[in-house]
Amino acid sequence: MKLIKKIWVLVLLAAVPAMAIASSGVHLDKAPGNLSDKASLQRGAQLFTANCLACHGAAYMRYNRLMDIGMSEDDIKKLLPEGSKLGSTMKSAMDAESAKMAFGVAPPDLSVIARSRGTDWLYTYLRSFYVDATRPSGVNNVVFPLVAMPNVLGGMQGEQALHVEKHEGHEVQVLKLTTPGSMTAAEFDATVADLVNYLDFMAEPAKLVRYKLGYIVLGFLFLLLILTYALKKEFWKDIH
Amino acid sequence: MKYLKNLLGWVDDRFPLIETWEFHLSKYYAPKNFNFWYFFGSLALLVLVIQIVSGIFLTMSYKPDALIAFASVEYIMRDVQSGWLIRYIHSTGASMFFIVVYLHMFRGMIYGSYRKPRELLWIIGVVIYLALMAEAFMGYLLPWGQMSFWGAQVIVNLFSSVPFVGNELSVLIRGDFVISDATLNRFFALHVIAIPLLLVGIVFVHLVALHKVGSNNPDGIEIKKKKDANGIPLDGIPFFPYIVVKDIVAVVLFLIVFCAIVFFAPDMGGYFLEANNFVPANPMKTPEHIAPVWYFTPYYAILRAVPPMFGSQFPGVIAMGVAAVAVLFLPWLDRGPVKSIRYRGPIFKGFLAAFVVSFIGLGYLGLMPATPTYTVISQVLSVVYFAFFILMPWYTKIDKCKPEPDRLTFK
Repeated sequence: MKLIKKIWVLVLLAAVPAMAIASSGVHLDKAPGNLSDKASLQRGAQLFTANCLACHGAAYMRYNRLMDIGMSEDDIKKLLPEGSKLGSTMKSAMDAESAKMAFGVAPPDLSVIARSRGTDWLYTYLRSFYVDATRPSGVNNVVFPLVAMPNVLGGMQGEQALHVEKHEGHEVQVLKLTTPGSMTAAEFDATVADLVNYLDFMAEPAKLVRYKLGYIVLGFLFLLLILTYALKKEFWKDIH
Repeated sequence: MKYLKNLLGWVDDRFPLIETWEFHLSKYYAPKNFNFWYFFGSLALLVLVIQIVSGIFLTMSYKPDALIAFASVEYIMRDVQSGWLIRYIHSTGASMFFIVVYLHMFRGMIYGSYRKPRELLWIIGVVIYLALMAEAFMGYLLPWGQMSFWGAQVIVNLFSSVPFVGNELSVLIRGDFVISDATLNRFFALHVIAIPLLLVGIVFVHLVALHKVGSNNPDGIEIKKKKDANGIPLDGIPFFPYIVVKDIVAVVLFLIVFCAIVFFAPDMGGYFLEANNFVPANPMKTPEHIAPVWYFTPYYAILRAVPPMFGSQFPGVIAMGVAAVAVLFLPWLDRGPVKSIRYRGPIFKGFLAAFVVSFIGLGYLGLMPATPTYTVISQVLSVVYFAFFILMPWYTKIDKCKPEPDRLTFK
């Protein structure tokens, strides 16, 4: 009886912090990324250069690295801003000073944003803007409250409104589409997925070769394991 | 062949080549019943070599300058040929070094490898471990990300809680009043030359000490007590080739794990490479949650478990420091009649199990934010951690041990 009581206390102790974590974080949708989908990565690259580079930079990413995702030099040249070469890094169209004037904070560099934030966060964040008249940009975000960034993809998505609903005693934030954009909800999700897929690639271009090389290396090591084990067996025959 | 022999003779007349080879390898007799736990010594040596070689290549492209350090790491990841591979080998190596060393130390604890006549060998090992902690801590500042910066900030600030000389001490470590370019430069110097030089030196001394007293074994008995007519231990086998070929299998197994991490999960879910470290260091923006890398978290949890006394954090710092060096005293705390866990009684086994639970538990709690519940659990586990050492002279003495065998158990 005493033991059972102790176990229960332990279980409760463990459950308290677990519940605290569960209630504080916003639920993140899983980003449907696929780095072997070159077409998706290329669509993402186009979206990125057309929309994000207006205010953000990607200071560690060179344009010619887009050849890794199957784009030709001519394809890339179409994306190049004036004065940039194939080997140039992706600079923001806006200089840091005026960006800070416009938004109050300098927009962060996006080179490795998929590594610091994670793809699920980005995928959910980009789809979680809602109309909020109290904000200077006219929008707010469920994942990143009071964010300075306007809803750049709003034209495609349309406008969303925030509703707070009660589910089994819990308050749940729900976003509902009020004004449709140029895309359906499914099309928009797929577009954001492409963009996030590209951000994932850009954060670590080596990822495309890392896995392939990994299989070869592990394959070699397993063969070596068989040989070295046989060698050990042979030598240890003498030991009794 | 004849020429080779002549050359060997020429060298051997001027350098103790054959003598060294025989003393340390072909005529160094190791117990024949080494098990799984005995792989981690040679694996630690392997990781040391991996770290030095990959580190040399990283140094060729890394820039220890607060303005461009972060960018130079991304340059390595993108523009340097196979730079990403070299960097992942180095970052994975750092964590694997600690895994291997923790398992190596645990081996010493379960088989009593710290007991007479190996006390000095053990102490040298603890010094290696402390040097390794300094090496890892300083290396972690170099990528100049948010966690590099704020982790260093938190740890160096601990030194400022030392009474009387605290402030001067922390300024001396940083070379500035805050973590800055000066800190980055001196940590770089210490990380790439001073401490590695020290590490290689004491690892050599560790091996010399080992070969003087001979290896312990899972039975915790001395093989040198039973020798044949030629003075060779009856249960000993030459290190070369027998232990070498066995260790090579372990090396390949280890490399499989190592490469699986390097190629498929170099971040290890944020434990080997923290997500926040992909944000450049920003002295104006404190991250919400600062956690050291996993291998320091048991001590970090102990630090946070001790409440400030007289408005000072110093008692916690002392507790953390004592926790890190506590293993140093094991040779004199242990009063058991046997060395190996195989012949120890249930009390020692119970205390050791509690110690393992407290170490892993504290490691987990050190990664978590300090909620009131977590703090209480950390305090309980810290008491368990220290009780293992403080009560050791008592519980090892009263424990009911089994008799040790005469010869090694080997099937």
